[in-house]
Amino acid sequence: MSRKDYPLGQFCADDIRSHTGVPLDAFTLDAVLGGKIGPGDATIHRETLEWQTRIAEEAGYAELAANLRRAAELTAIPNQRILEIYEALRPRRRTYFQLLALSQEIAGMYGADETARYIREAADAYRDTGLLKTDETHE
Amino acid sequence: MQSEADSGHKQGEDSQLRRSRRFAALRARGINKETYITECSDLGLVIMDGPNDPAPSLRIVDGRVAELDGRVPAQFDAIDRFIANYCIDLEKAPRAMAMDSLEIARMLVDIHVSRQEVSAIMRGCTPAKLVQIVSHLNVLEMMSALQKMRQRRTPANQAHVTNWKENAALLAADAAEAAMRGFAEEETTVRVARSAPLSALALLVGSQTGRGGVLTQCAVEESLSLKLAMKGLTSYAETLSVYGTIDSFVDGDDTPWSKGFLASSYASRGVKVRFTSGTGAEALMGYSEGCSMLFLEARCLMMVKGAGTQGVQNGAIACIALPESLPGGVRGVLAENLIATCLGLEVASGNDALASHSDIRKTAKLMLQFLPGTDFITSGYSAVPKRDNLFGGGNFDAEDFDDWLVLQRDMQVDGGLVPVQEKEVIEVRERAARAMQAVYAELGFPPITDEEVAAAAVAHGSEDVPDRDSVADLAAADEFLAGPRTVIDVIAALAKRGFGDVAARVLEMQRQRLTGDYLQTSAIFDDNFKVLSAINDPNDYRGPGSGYRLGGERWQKLQSLPQCLDANELVAKSSPDARLELQERGPAERGTGIEVVIALGPAFGTAMNATLAGLQHADVLRALIAGVEEESVSARVVKVYHTADCAGIGHEAAQLSGSGIAVGIQSKGTTVIQRADLTRLNNLELFSQAPNLTLESYRSIGRNAACYAMGKPPRPVPVKIDNTARLRLIVQTTLLHHREVQQIAESRGIVQLAVSFH
Repeated sequence: MSRKDYPLGQFCADDIRSHTGVPLDAFTLDAVLGGKIGPGDATIHRETLEWQTRIAEEAGYAELAANLRRAAELTAIPNQRILEIYEALRPRRRTYFQLLALSQEIAGMYGADETARYIREAADAYRDTGLLKTDETHE
Repeated sequence: MQSEADSGHKQGEDSQLRRSRRFAALRARGINKETYITECSDLGLVIMDGPNDPAPSLRIVDGRVAELDGRVPAQFDAIDRFIANYCIDLEKAPRAMAMDSLEIARMLVDIHVSRQEVSAIMRGCTPAKLVQIVSHLNVLEMMSALQKMRQRRTPANQAHVTNWKENAALLAADAAEAAMRGFAEEETTVRVARSAPLSALALLVGSQTGRGGVLTQCAVEESLSLKLAMKGLTSYAETLSVYGTIDSFVDGDDTPWSKGFLASSYASRGVKVRFTSGTGAEALMGYSEGCSMLFLEARCLMMVKGAGTQGVQNGAIACIALPESLPGGVRGVLAENLIATCLGLEVASGNDALASHSDIRKTAKLMLQFLPGTDFITSGYSAVPKRDNLFGGGNFDAEDFDDWLVLQRDMQVDGGLVPVQEKEVIEVRERAARAMQAVYAELGFPPITDEEVAAAAVAHGSEDVPDRDSVADLAAADEFLAGPRTVIDVIAALAKRGFGDVAARVLEMQRQRLTGDYLQTSAIFDDNFKVLSAINDPNDYRGPGSGYRLGGERWQKLQSLPQCLDANELVAKSSPDARLELQERGPAERGTGIEVVIALGPAFGTAMNATLAGLQHADVLRALIAGVEEESVSARVVKVYHTADCAGIGHEAAQLSGSGIAVGIQSKGTTVIQRADLTRLNNLELFSQAPNLTLESYRSIGRNAACYAMGKPPRPVPVKIDNTARLRLIVQTTLLHHREVQQIAESRGIVQLAVSFH
């Protein structure tokens, strides 16, 4: 997919499916009423995000592309875990090693390498600028 | 000499005690309810060029930033580090930083240099360099640059939709109306955080009832906001605040990395995100580090870009009154919008929070974004009355809709709003409230009554709808948030209860989420769910004749205000006065004796029937005659056919008058008292403001004319004082006079009339 395929919904509708594998074409009112579309089905597929990443990159939006690349990885991570990771990245919530462990976990469990690197970089930055959790006794 | 000096001294004392009534009037004006202060850089109360702002610098060693705006890595705070890691294009940086800032500033306003060329340079700049570049521009140059640098070609607007009672039927109705009025995005927020799920739901259902494709969001705490998005109740998020100093950031309980992770999280669920920043926030929070507002904002914007968010809402936002207290504040706010566009970010350009007590000041500030156009001219136009605005009262609100529409029409500028008809609005509001009623019933929420629906359809604000049991509503909201039900259940509920079209649109929003098309920069949807973004609708402004131009069908639509009158129809209307009979008795002769000739304009009583003041011609003529006769002078009525000019009518008639005195009156009511020996444009009395004349005025005019005929002194004619008459009635004057001119018949000259009243 490239910039000329944008909008994907218009030019590549046949290739799009939900995170759960439901094709875009199958997203109809009848399917909803027939109970064939569930709550988890209205979520974007990793591959679609990768296509959008390429489109952003080609159009010169490099940082947006990097964000969409991380987003593609996060499609594999459940909602609750996403909220927990966000909480962990807030100031002074975790120690350096806790953040490194988190980074390893999401690389290992979800193959989220870019995000894992981003968390590692956060851990280093937090360590150098005083944003880590320091007082262990409060845990 | 001594006494002079004494009195001078005394005057000085008096002037200290004396207060000027004019200054008192000025003090009472809205503009003087605001606070103005001198710069105080220690507190960050300075717009640009703060004494602590660093000089731009960048050193790159081994492919890494080794110095950024005067700091080396060991001195970096988390923001410097984030910017150094993710925001500076190290390939472009050496050339950009070596270039003269003034030269780059000139490129910004040079129509021969494309947006992409300038952007490529700006990508390699440090925050201090960005500020230095824009500081060379005056406001007009910044506007011109903004027109070129914004990402999406088509400008748009965002609405704020809330209500004090958090009434879902009213919220849905207002959301539907806002959608119909053309807003591309709608944002709500809540008074009680727990209401968020139901408010987000009402905004979604309402907006899609009004127009398919409106993006919606609910501004609440970050985690809750993400949960609402995950449930499919919102399609974008905006209130992810970033700050230019790390202490402010930590006060907001975030870091650049946590915010960046949030951005990716939303995108991973197919939800559009923009961040929020704006001048003044750091100073307000007490952590400005003595830097200027614009320098800190430039840091924010680089961080936004580094986080990979597609856009930002900036332009001081809620802090607007703080930069406005300082010299150059509004220019600084425009500069921050401009920097964001230069970094390739979508911009929702403020104009949302109440910025002034003065309508002049508010509107003048608005023009800086309204005229160049931005991705969202306001980052929240209050589509509800001020008291219902839970964002703290909007800068422009529902009562300003028509003002906004007229500004668009005046300047041929697309401000994102379209005119609507009252009947259509009531219908769509009712349907949105009904749709909410259906969803509530199907999902087992506390019922929305028919009374509520009927009230919401015609309501202006909260006070027009009944109270609800808020305890029961909040319990339902809690359960909805915690439970498994999502937007899919809402779609099913709508479809089951006969709202198939609304269900289809809400479903289409979910389908769009699967495509990810609206995650690209500056994305909105048009009326047909076609995405418009910087990818397929890139701003291609290159000077006159390029870029977005308001024309064609869209211009026709924007100029067609419901209150706009059809000029041709007005001209065509020709109606005689049924109460006035004017029988023509051949050419008027020169009279003898003490008489007053009353000369009527060509259309008087025959092709027209009333003056600009709305007085019937029969009544006016009767008053004139009565005035003349009051002084025991006889009145003779003629019609002048060969001119429609008031002076001409009076002058010609005076030549025929036995006494040499005549009253000339145009059909629109303008009247003159004329004497035969005076030149055409000289006269005894002229009453040029027809809208201000009453029947009493006309009677006095007749009386005075008779006095002149007898050589008696005249008395003042009473007229109303109304300075707005010309403003209100100039169009009617033009149209009525046109009708009079149409009745001119050169060959008929002046005709004697026999008058009878019915």
